[in-house]
Amino acid sequence: MNYTALYDVHRKMGAKMTEFAGWMMPVEYMGIRDEHLSVRNSVGLFDISHMGEIEVYGKEGALLCQRITTNDIGKLKKFQSQYTLLCNPRGGIIDDTIVYKFSDEHFFMCVNAVNTIKDYDWIKSFEQKFNAKVVNKSSQYSQLALQGPNSERVLNDVFQMDFSALKRFFFNLMEWKGENLIVSRTGYTGEDGFEIFLSWNLAEALWEEIIERGKSYGINACGLGARDTLRIEMGYPLYGHEIDEDKNPFEAGLSSFVKIEKGDFIAKDSLMSAMERGVKKNLLGFEMVDRGIPREGHRILKGDILLGTVTSGTLSPSLEKPIGMGYLKTNMEFGNEIEVEIRETRRRAKIVSFPFYKKPAKERKNGRNS
Amino acid sequence: MVEIPEVLKYTKEHEWVKVEDDLVIIGITDYAQDALGEIVYIELPSEGDEVTKGEPFGAVESTKSVSDLFAPISGEVVEVNEALLDSPEAINEDPYGEGWMVKVKPYDLGEIEELMDNEDYGDFIEKQSEK
Repeated sequence: MNYTALYDVHRKMGAKMTEFAGWMMPVEYMGIRDEHLSVRNSVGLFDISHMGEIEVYGKEGALLCQRITTNDIGKLKKFQSQYTLLCNPRGGIIDDTIVYKFSDEHFFMCVNAVNTIKDYDWIKSFEQKFNAKVVNKSSQYSQLALQGPNSERVLNDVFQMDFSALKRFFFNLMEWKGENLIVSRTGYTGEDGFEIFLSWNLAEALWEEIIERGKSYGINACGLGARDTLRIEMGYPLYGHEIDEDKNPFEAGLSSFVKIEKGDFIAKDSLMSAMERGVKKNLLGFEMVDRGIPREGHRILKGDILLGTVTSGTLSPSLEKPIGMGYLKTNMEFGNEIEVEIRETRRRAKIVSFPFYKKPAKERKNGRNS
Repeated sequence: MVEIPEVLKYTKEHEWVKVEDDLVIIGITDYAQDALGEIVYIELPSEGDEVTKGEPFGAVESTKSVSDLFAPISGEVVEVNEALLDSPEAINEDPYGEGWMVKVKPYDLGEIEELMDNEDYGDFIEKQSEK
């Protein structure tokens, strides 16, 4: 079992802890609903130190990254990041990741905890083909996510500087207490927010500082429970649920992160033929019409036809409605009625578009995770 | 510290049972509601339904997880706490009071003797928490 640098802090704050991807992580502190709503309405702080960090250095670092990912690294400016996918030669999704460009010879990837070793081994296997070095830095980094409409103001106070010029999917390198931090304007909640990579020994000090400074902005510590309900409301996929090595990016609704024209890359041929073939099933969202909360594994039907199974589902704290996602045959349209089998009874649901939760237009700023 | 009232009987699935004349009232324990977290949804049987000892008679869900409710005793459902359908949070707030779930007319009230008393249940959850 792995423990983050903040394990004792979480215990002290009364968090319920659970194992996730080999890490002992906080699920909730005072309740998932309140934590969720604080991110939608004010600001929340998450310990996401379980996430993996892999660095690529060297003259051909950019080429290596371009080869193993589906999005176009060539479009990245220095200190910019992008959401991208690692695909296997069959076009299946090995993982989804954010790639950060420090320079033409230095890239940094944040990967899912459950895949850190797998991703590292995979990326490392390309080392000999390129003049580049791949290093697993996961054990050296802690990571905090500060998310919500008030996150910029909290961060301005904490670091005594102005983050308003830092755009979505850009990052700053800065010094704090004599060590380097990466402050990135990214997140997994659908709100404005920041993800901060920092050394293990600074994690507790920064956590305490953010909580203290954040008090006047309504900050709450948030666990993985709220992280999950927030991402489900946005329709964001989670590895092991919506995406895995048997799903391709087109089925998963991630085609905008596949840049076929960028040149040669792993999976290019498979993805081109998958595009030509078209998809038989794709990831769709639905909300319940009848009572019941859809959960992973529940069957989705229409009459006698089994359409698929639920990949994620929850009672949406923002919408106060049960919502879910699953892979369904592509002849489904928005508004179509389907049935979800919950505890042996079929309940009506209807197909809706992503995201489930749509922010009021005037608040939309630095919104979408792409 | 969780509350375990002396007058009730308990199951290993964390239901409590209160005998009231020839009926029993069933709910889930303080320990169970705390472990589940905020309860957002409940499914209960209807009046007239039959419940069978050890079999599921409903389900309770928090934001994160689902738990079946197991009948502590066999019998016929004579009353359902329908207020819970709209306000399931009452189970968190008052598990032994407003959070009651169903009233059952048991076929054999003697089955109640097979359940744990407060001390046995206290020992039981202590062992559970050590796991």
